[in-house]
Amino acid sequence: MHKLLTDRLEKKMLMLGNEAIARGAVEAGLAFGSTYPGTPSSEITANLFEISHESDLCFEYCINEKVALEVAAAWANSGLRSMAIMKHVGLNVAADPLMTLAYLGVRGGMVILTADDPYMFSSQNEQDNRYYGKLSGLPVLEPSSVGEAMEMVRYAFDLSEELQEPVLFRTTTRINHSTGIVSLGKISAVKTTGDFSKDPFRYVAIPAVSRKLHAKLLDNWDRAKAISENSPYNFVEGEGRYGIICNGISYNYVSDAVKDLGLEGKIKILRIGFSNPMPETLIRNFLGGCDKALVAEEGEPVMEEAVRGFAQQQGLTLQIAGKGPGQFSRLYEFDPALVRKVVANYFNAADKPLKMVDLSDLPEIPERPPNLCAGCSHRATYYVVKQAAEGMETIYPSDIGCYTLGGLPPLSMADFQICMGSSITASSGFSKATGKKVISFIGDSTFFHSGIPGLINAVFNNHNFTLVILDNGTTAMTGHQPHPGVDMSKLGLTGYGRVSIENVVRAVGVSNVTVIQPFKIKKSIEAVKEALGFKGVSVVISTEMCMLYAKGLKLHKSRSYRVSSKCRNHRDCINRLGCPAFYLDEGKVRIDPAQCTGCAVCAQICPENAILPVKDE
Amino acid sequence: MSTTRIIIVAVGGQGNLLASNILGEAALLSNIQVGMSEIHGMAQRGGVVESAIVFGDAKSPVISDGEADVLVGFEPSETLRALKKCNKDTVVVTNLDPLPPFTVTIGKGVYPGLDQLKNLIRAKTAKLIAVDAGKLARQAGNPLAVNMVLLGALIQTGKLPIQAEAVRDAILKKTKKAFVDSNIRAFDLGFAAAQAEVF
Repeated sequence: MHKLLTDRLEKKMLMLGNEAIARGAVEAGLAFGSTYPGTPSSEITANLFEISHESDLCFEYCINEKVALEVAAAWANSGLRSMAIMKHVGLNVAADPLMTLAYLGVRGGMVILTADDPYMFSSQNEQDNRYYGKLSGLPVLEPSSVGEAMEMVRYAFDLSEELQEPVLFRTTTRINHSTGIVSLGKISAVKTTGDFSKDPFRYVAIPAVSRKLHAKLLDNWDRAKAISENSPYNFVEGEGRYGIICNGISYNYVSDAVKDLGLEGKIKILRIGFSNPMPETLIRNFLGGCDKALVAEEGEPVMEEAVRGFAQQQGLTLQIAGKGPGQFSRLYEFDPALVRKVVANYFNAADKPLKMVDLSDLPEIPERPPNLCAGCSHRATYYVVKQAAEGMETIYPSDIGCYTLGGLPPLSMADFQICMGSSITASSGFSKATGKKVISFIGDSTFFHSGIPGLINAVFNNHNFTLVILDNGTTAMTGHQPHPGVDMSKLGLTGYGRVSIENVVRAVGVSNVTVIQPFKIKKSIEAVKEALGFKGVSVVISTEMCMLYAKGLKLHKSRSYRVSSKCRNHRDCINRLGCPAFYLDEGKVRIDPAQCTGCAVCAQICPENAILPVKDE
Repeated sequence: MSTTRIIIVAVGGQGNLLASNILGEAALLSNIQVGMSEIHGMAQRGGVVESAIVFGDAKSPVISDGEADVLVGFEPSETLRALKKCNKDTVVVTNLDPLPPFTVTIGKGVYPGLDQLKNLIRAKTAKLIAVDAGKLARQAGNPLAVNMVLLGALIQTGKLPIQAEAVRDAILKKTKKAFVDSNIRAFDLGFAAAQAEVF
């Protein structure tokens, strides 16, 4: 049985934040979950996917977040509980349905989880998705700990049903990837069969209907505000003439800082967990008892601006601080010492931080950037394309996935990257604007996510570039989730369709399509050269399974290689491929047999043919 | 109760997250409050994995620079890189078995000398326990049990509010059956090696 299905009330378990969130949804009787995978939310959905194989939960990996949200919205409007889960930038993709779903509302509880990533541990930006609450008029809940996350997810479904609106559940990496002790609640039975009652004046968002629906949304906003005023998730702790208003992970730092600085009895804390709509009266009353207040929130001054507004309306003239020089930054994430320092500084307390050891005399420590894995097919593809394009003046737009790591030396094959799918559309722009040869790269999962519209656009507008689709048979970066091109039978799962990338590419009107096996270096270079010579949109599909994925499925047996005595130390293998299986032993190139997977790309490019299979020794 | 803060740094694949989970589970078994956080986005792509484990009353599951009570490094150069987490009272436990990063292979960096590394850490912190965890893991019959060896050395420092027995129970609960015996052996070898380490 899946550990998150353990049915023992109040049993204490150690859980990752993302496990606790999945468990909370299961306890709430979740009928349907959907996602497009994205760090730091991925473990929520990995667990729900596994749970769906042994419970009444239906879970679907969707091609993108917009699709995931729309499918979940229909489940919720069939009266069933649904959840759409995504990383923060995923909500940009789903913003279109989000805004109008807020008008329509839902019948069954619907939770939309957005996992923000302050500091950008694994994201292209650190946008603050609390703004989506304001923009859409939907309630926002923000947990401060793993245990609270579990409980709050359960509550989010109840709140959604009470308001008949979807609820935004906003986490940050430090909640998703924290681990704590939780106490299990009761698992509710899943209501699996829904019903849709036609009501065009509620469900068909044409202008005449939407004018009424917007008014309804504002009424719901007022109801949500009344709930927020009395929510147990908005609470005051401690007492004093100074006040700190905080949310999410910051609450922990603030709480520890007040204690460590000996400011108990001087500072009271208002923790905001139901953060949109803000509890106006609660905040005014809190400020009314304060001589001075500080707002501690990572990211943008969302609460600070609201708090200042409430104070102004009330005619309060106390000093309020938040973002600014000497205070908190809008950049990156907080940590306990940083918060303690700002609190001490603002409230004139003595901060005696532990002194970090002197690092000035440390030798330079070699960097350890992430790298494409040993045996990664992307490395082979990049090498092949680089060779085929030799002598051409090229621009390489890239996309989001493991293959972005190919932007690092020695491959250096990424010149421009914005967001999912932008490789193809950027190629359309660059090729015409500069007249240069543009070769772009996109992964298989990203192609399905948002690559296809750009490709159709390029065919229609008669653009001239080469698109390389790196098809490794899985969504690798986020932990090998399925996508429509995946053979689900390899996972032992039945009941799925399968979409061929090649068929899609041909169907949208690309006439020059080449499929290569990138580990066959010479043949692939010739094939890519031909594709590059084509005037118009040409597509190369480079097909080779992700090595980690293949190993996980026991579909790959490593047959490692070694450097024989024929080696003349040209080091082409190291300098052109950058495979991490290589190391130097007293200046001689060696291959770590534990890492080498036997892709044999290095063996094919060695000028002395010095790299041989270990077994031929 | 007071708060104890532990940082574990490792290279992807060294079993840092399992080690952290075992400590968390041992805390749960010992009825001790624990909060942990981890940064592991690119772990499978050869990057650095960092876990913070906070025992006791503190609410923050994150450890700021200079504030670790114990630093455990699964790889010597990563121990050195994480020295910013330490203050003069920090106890450092490190593996002495290097896994040079790829930047060294392509000539973009020089791996620090192990003696220099040990001397620097000794001079700056309260205590250094340095063990060849790879060797001890092999001796235990499980070359992958580097994490268990270092857990043993960590517990021996006596800095944690959990006992060796609770950690053994957690190993029993959290690791695969086929490896339990060799994992416990590795844990005990690490514990003994730290005991034998003369400062």
